[in-house]
Amino acid sequence: MDAHASPASEHSHPSVGVYIRIGLVLFVLTALEVGLYEFTYGHHAGPAGHAIEPFFVPLLLLLSAAKFALVAMFYMHLKQDERVLSGVFIFPLIIATVLIFGLIALEAYHFAFARSG
Amino acid sequence: MSDHAAHAAAAHPDTATGIDSRKLAIWTFIGSECLFFATLISNYLVHKETWLTGPGPFPHEAWTSPAGKVFEPIIEIPLVTLGTALLLFSSLFVVLALANAQRGNRRGLLLWLGCTLLCGLFFVGMQVYEFTHFVHKGLTLKTNLFGGSFFVLTGFHGTHVSIGVLWLFTLWILAWRGKLTADKSLNLEIAALYWHFVDVVWVVIFPVVYLIK
Repeated sequence: MDAHASPASEHSHPSVGVYIRIGLVLFVLTALEVGLYEFTYGHHAGPAGHAIEPFFVPLLLLLSAAKFALVAMFYMHLKQDERVLSGVFIFPLIIATVLIFGLIALEAYHFAFARSG
Repeated sequence: MSDHAAHAAAAHPDTATGIDSRKLAIWTFIGSECLFFATLISNYLVHKETWLTGPGPFPHEAWTSPAGKVFEPIIEIPLVTLGTALLLFSSLFVVLALANAQRGNRRGLLLWLGCTLLCGLFFVGMQVYEFTHFVHKGLTLKTNLFGGSFFVLTGFHGTHVSIGVLWLFTLWILAWRGKLTADKSLNLEIAALYWHFVDVVWVVIFPVVYLIK
């Protein structure tokens, strides 16, 4: 690898304006998460809240994933830094995600099996 | 070594990958931490509705036991939301501190790093208050598997935040003494990567533990 081709350079990092805009987006996404919770389960939850209840968890996970990606890409500079750093982070992240969903699936299977058996 | 030479050495480290070994090391550490927190989150999700001593107290809902004991909902969403928002803002503040460090602006570095520290301290204080509040409400590490998995997960995260606060405080002291110069900004970048990771872990923990019933 040519050391000058992909330097660990701070010059390629986002500008202060981009950092602030990302911060505002993160704040709005957090407000949306809590707003969604209040709308679905809070004191003011109405029929519309009950209607979106089946979509509550997927929507929440989507918002959470968006926040995670924004911080990793812009604040942790994965978008600008060397690809190998993304690989070092994303490979264990995939294993971690598979681990979480695998254990949930296993637990759901055992729960269903125990009930039917 | 002149400033220019030091800057060039930081930008083009003499390693096989062309990446500074310290930066590669912190990313490897962060990768391993992903697996560590994945096991704790899985443990929480599997056990949060498993009881050895009967149900209750529930985190989100009031419940009366057969013996007539009333358990109130214990999770305080507004307080935790404030802590979450401040932790997210601390990530913004630390990148602003890094940008100032790279430009050699010591005053900006001290200001934004100080703001990051304050947000981190508030978050740790919020967790101490929350844990104390839960214990007073009857939820301890030993009450049930929800309590055990909740305290282990959020407690380990809080420990990581506390370590991050100490790390950033040492850098603030160095900056205050004029020893965190532009050519040494990688020291702050590495600490900032750790801090962002602590932040993204909370981005997952917050909805999973506090918002999903």
